[in-house]
Amino acid sequence: MTMRANVNPAKRHDKLKRELPLYMMLIPAVALVAVYSYGSMAGLVIAFQKFVPTKGLFGSEWIGLRNFRNLFTMPDIFGVIRNTVLISMGKMIGGIIVPVLFALLLNEVASSRLKRTYQTIVYIPNFLSWVILAGLFVDILSPSNGIVNQALSKLGVGPVFFLGDKTAYPITMVVTEVWKSFGFGSVIYLAALTGIDPSLYESAEIDGAGRWRQTLAITLPGIMTTIVLMTVLSMANVLNGGFDQIYNTYSPAVYTTGDILDTFVYRLGIQNAQFALSTAAGLFKSIVSFAFIVVSYFLADRVAGYRIY
Amino acid sequence: MAKKVSASRKTFLVANHVILIAASLLCLLPFVNLLAISFSNKIAVVAREVAFWPNGFNVDAYKFILHSNAFSTALWISVKRTALGVAVNLALIILTAYPLSKSKTEFRARQWFSWFFVITILFQAGMIPMYLIVRYTRLINSLWSLVLPGALPVFSMLVVMNYIRGLPQELMEAAYIDGAGHMRTLWSLVLPVSTPTIATVALFSLVNHWNSWYDGMIYMNKIESYPLQSYLRTVVINPEAFFRNATNMSDSLQRFVNTVNARTTNAAQLFLGMIPILLVYPFLQKYFTTGLVLGSVKG
Repeated sequence: MTMRANVNPAKRHDKLKRELPLYMMLIPAVALVAVYSYGSMAGLVIAFQKFVPTKGLFGSEWIGLRNFRNLFTMPDIFGVIRNTVLISMGKMIGGIIVPVLFALLLNEVASSRLKRTYQTIVYIPNFLSWVILAGLFVDILSPSNGIVNQALSKLGVGPVFFLGDKTAYPITMVVTEVWKSFGFGSVIYLAALTGIDPSLYESAEIDGAGRWRQTLAITLPGIMTTIVLMTVLSMANVLNGGFDQIYNTYSPAVYTTGDILDTFVYRLGIQNAQFALSTAAGLFKSIVSFAFIVVSYFLADRVAGYRIY
Repeated sequence: MAKKVSASRKTFLVANHVILIAASLLCLLPFVNLLAISFSNKIAVVAREVAFWPNGFNVDAYKFILHSNAFSTALWISVKRTALGVAVNLALIILTAYPLSKSKTEFRARQWFSWFFVITILFQAGMIPMYLIVRYTRLINSLWSLVLPGALPVFSMLVVMNYIRGLPQELMEAAYIDGAGHMRTLWSLVLPVSTPTIATVALFSLVNHWNSWYDGMIYMNKIESYPLQSYLRTVVINPEAFFRNATNMSDSLQRFVNTVNARTTNAAQLFLGMIPILLVYPFLQKYFTTGLVLGSVKG
């Protein structure tokens, strides 16, 4: 607590002098963020131009919303939006339910050494890149050689084209994403579980409540705020289908169900050099995402007092 | 007070362990399979006779990769990129978190700067405008293109900022009274007590830099300049071409042709790409857990 009142000019001068080093410290970060983050935001103007790279940002012709009109008359665009939302919703739901269940089961393990062993194993995939994991899944899910299809054929099933079949592909994406993240996703719920007052369980036991009753009446309500919080925060990802995962596993055979906004933007922009059209698609995504992020942070603050800053 | 364990409770506990063991195996076995393939003879691999144990054990796939320059080059670029990236990230995180941790009376522009950074989390321009800026600032084909666009990880900075705010204010005031300036307070007072959080965000940025692949692919024009993950992404998607080229290029690789094929070398390359993450994994587990909890419950 500082009690100093800053009214007289000499003191105000002192204060600025005292603040000066703070400004100096901020210079490098402000400069780089200004150039790259804000600079790229300024670059969004090409969504409204007939952008020609050789003419640059200032020389290209302005065409208003024509890029957007062209974008939304593309035959694939609504399928792409639908795929994005479906895949991200699937990941959202799986990404809440599985970690919660896993945390609840882990919480019942009495031995802390066993508990740690389970945790150590299931957290691993979370830290590996989708390039590595895509390489892994392309191998183990291969219809001809993969170990998964070898096992399925012993059961008389398959072969299943996990990454090459239109129906199987989005399901594979949801399942493999949940596989990657459920272990580490449970950390937050385990933390919430340790925060539950143990005396609640003791008094419930005295009242004759069984373990199942205790789970329903104490444990679940105890972590409900966290569950709601994570659900709300995950809403911000509604247009993030998972570029890293999908770009590294998809193929033209599954475009109709597996192509998402980010991969669409990438192919349009980087591979076909349609800079303006691709930026328009990206801007559409950024604006919708911005709305979802703001709403989800607002709700997170309301329901759980969560603030990023 | 000895608790009596009922029969139904016992059944539950057994079932619980069965489920947890199954979940653990589900996470582990894919890697075991891949590892077994990387150490197996190509004949066994083609005949689908490899499950979770190498068949015709050999390390030729690893020798093959380490003999081909492409992998080592990409590995070295990744090491440089990660070292540079983590250093830049940490420097900027610390230099930004400290001023923003000050109260509004101590640093009047605090709010203004905070929003300046937070907005970049809320709204991102996307890949094409970023690509154009990187090109405009002449970073294409330079290692800096992988470091400067994300020089300040804002979320990590907020985690550190919250931590510094939670430090006892009396400490800072005592330092001020003793005549220490901000730079000195930051260096000899705040940094030493913030090591756990700084370790957390350092690991965060290490994993991010090591795992990034997409920036390398779009900001580098030649595959020889790709960091490891971008390189892996390219050769794993098109292994046959890589294999054909590599065998044509060098005679010293010919001797491996009878024992390795694209699948065994791929498996080996994926494994080598995981090693740095596995090496820091014990720390990751420890610090990420605290970091995650820190970042999410702090108001």
